[in-house]
Amino acid sequence: MEKSNIHEQTTSVKDLPQDLFLELRKYIDGLEDKKGSLINILHKAQELFGFLPREVQLFIAKELGIPGSQVFGVVSFYSYFTTKPTGKNTISLCMGTACFVKGADKVKFKIEEKLGVKFGETTPDGLFTLRDVRCVGACGLAPVVLVNEKVYGNVTENDVDRILGDYQE
Amino acid sequence: MSTNKRKILVCGGTGCISSDSEGIIKNLELELKNNGQEENAKVVKVGCFGFCGQGPIVKIEPDNVFYVRVSPNDAKDIVEQHIIGGNYVERILFVDPLSNQRIHDYKDMAFYAKQHRVALRNCGEIDPENIEDYIANRGYEALKKCITEYSRDEVINIIKESGLRGRGGGGFPTGLKWEITKKSRDGEQKYIICNADEGDPGAFMDRSILEGDAHSVIEAMAIGAYAMGAQNGVVYIRAEYPLAIHRLMIAMQQAKEKGFLGKNIFGTDFSFEIEIRYGAGAFVCGEETALIHSVEGHRGEPTVKPPFPSESGLKGQPTCVNNVETLANVPAIILNGAKWFADMGTEKSKGTKVFALAGKINNIGLVEVPMGTTLREIVYDIGGGILGGHKFKAVQTGGPSGGVITEADLDTPIDYESLKSIGSMMGSGGMIVMDETDCMVNIAKFYLEFTQDESCGKCTPCRVGTKRMYEILDRITKGQGKPEDIDNLLQLGDMIKSSALCGLGQTAPNPVLSTIKYFRDEYEDHINKHYCKTGKCKDLVKYAIDPEKCIGCTACARVCPVGCIAGEVKKVHVIDQEKCIKCGACFDACKFNAVVKP
Repeated sequence: MEKSNIHEQTTSVKDLPQDLFLELRKYIDGLEDKKGSLINILHKAQELFGFLPREVQLFIAKELGIPGSQVFGVVSFYSYFTTKPTGKNTISLCMGTACFVKGADKVKFKIEEKLGVKFGETTPDGLFTLRDVRCVGACGLAPVVLVNEKVYGNVTENDVDRILGDYQE
Repeated sequence: MSTNKRKILVCGGTGCISSDSEGIIKNLELELKNNGQEENAKVVKVGCFGFCGQGPIVKIEPDNVFYVRVSPNDAKDIVEQHIIGGNYVERILFVDPLSNQRIHDYKDMAFYAKQHRVALRNCGEIDPENIEDYIANRGYEALKKCITEYSRDEVINIIKESGLRGRGGGGFPTGLKWEITKKSRDGEQKYIICNADEGDPGAFMDRSILEGDAHSVIEAMAIGAYAMGAQNGVVYIRAEYPLAIHRLMIAMQQAKEKGFLGKNIFGTDFSFEIEIRYGAGAFVCGEETALIHSVEGHRGEPTVKPPFPSESGLKGQPTCVNNVETLANVPAIILNGAKWFADMGTEKSKGTKVFALAGKINNIGLVEVPMGTTLREIVYDIGGGILGGHKFKAVQTGGPSGGVITEADLDTPIDYESLKSIGSMMGSGGMIVMDETDCMVNIAKFYLEFTQDESCGKCTPCRVGTKRMYEILDRITKGQGKPEDIDNLLQLGDMIKSSALCGLGQTAPNPVLSTIKYFRDEYEDHINKHYCKTGKCKDLVKYAIDPEKCIGCTACARVCPVGCIAGEVKKVHVIDQEKCIKCGACFDACKFNAVVKP
């Protein structure tokens, strides 16, 4: 983690939909061990809002009665959580050993080349967010690319156009 | 249901689902309906058969026919030719690479011949989303036996005598762990945690067990809870396994409905509840203290041991953390007896182990073999040898904590002690096979990049040490190696191993130390000669044109993105090394093998 400026790092978004906050509150209320379930709560929040802006983190902190810094500490520790808005589709490239040995880095360069952004970034048109993901356990199909929850196996550089095409409008 | 009703088992593991096994199921059900065959056969979605490289897999029972690489379009033939006609659909039978014969019985396949499925016993056999299937296969009988017939100490003794050791990589005797936890502050609140974080890249054993047979884990957790005096269990499962989470949730719900979870199980005063907690992409949370902190809602930073979790774990209470595969063995051990398990394996490593075989190997997938099977048997007999006719170079075991094993040690029997003695370790069971095109320096760098990224940052040896090691390796792969680099890596490695706070740091240097031990010449080539013989280190690759072979067709010059190839038509071309960006486009374009990597 190279970023050091907290304000730059965590997006602040005004006017987030109120009904999502209500749904999140309902989820939190249904939990017995609220503080212990922080990670489960953050997953739910990210599912609802798409990412975890400052406002959502502080909301959760208030609901749980813990400092905002503690929530932020957990959010910044785990790679699954993102504090920046994500694109319509998330492309996750598995960077596990089996995929690496089968040439995942070539697929990575190709995707970056085609979309003009690097992994960790979102395309300017907001269509794709690229992220590295830890081994998804589909090593029999290495190299593996996930777009949202769909798994593409045995992916080569030549497959990139076709895969991207499935989602381009 | 007619007793002659056939079962068409279709693999519903993540791998096969991504190759549209659900489409196969849909088409099979349609074909059965259209042909009026619903009384004669039913389609069952099952867990992983293990032969992932040949998926999607479809098996017909009781005929014992194993179809591979099936597509949804094959459903018609399967129903018409096989179910109705009684004839195998030859074209989707597995072809034995040696005899070139088509095989229908999986037991005749080299991949399966030496396997012995214990932890994976139900995967590929039962519908994981239907508890009745599990019950029909003696499901929850072990739990009933334990809580109605055996005392807590008797249960622990069975596990101790079986010799079962932690399958997550630590290899700690499970029975002993249960015993220590039982004795610790007995009567107080205790927890049993199932570690389903499976962070090792290249490992997918636990995923397959949870997707294919979650009940075996639930039952084992209940048995362990009874023995140790725990009232609550947690399954800590990584978020990257949505299907496993889904199947686990269904299994838990069904177990609860049947009364196998909850209050007064089997009418005794033993009550047990399980909760699911998600991981969020932190490899270090596979370490038990970090995992416990994560379950408490904190950053997953390990804490020093002692105190061990058995003394003070979740919320300060006695806690036992067990791996998925370790637990999956428990019901089978209870039902078949400790001796049955201890009769398999070697003197100190009993039972079987599941390995995830991947990389440059012909038969990719999940294999379960008795401990003591040699690496050679796994790579060549079960694995079918090296992909594409290449040459074996090394097999990496133990993930980012392990080391490489070369040809010289292939006859080592697999067990905890033997693998350690040759500089590697069992780890969780990931086994990556590498061939002569893999650069060992680059692989070491890859592992270190991973552990550096995943380091929690708490202790200096790991946080700073692995970073310094990574920087050295990075320089080496870019042709900026210095003569003292190898010695520095060795020294740093030893220092980090002996002073890091947790297992992540303590084992992070292993891939580097191991590759230096067995492939020192590659490191020396990179440093002294700026040469990477495999060409994987892009900065150390040089492309040149062999004047003997070049016919001046200009194909290379035309594709060169920086225009660094000079030459007239029909005259020998030359690459300007100063401008060359080593993309390899010329290498791919030349049809006369004139572009070489000297």
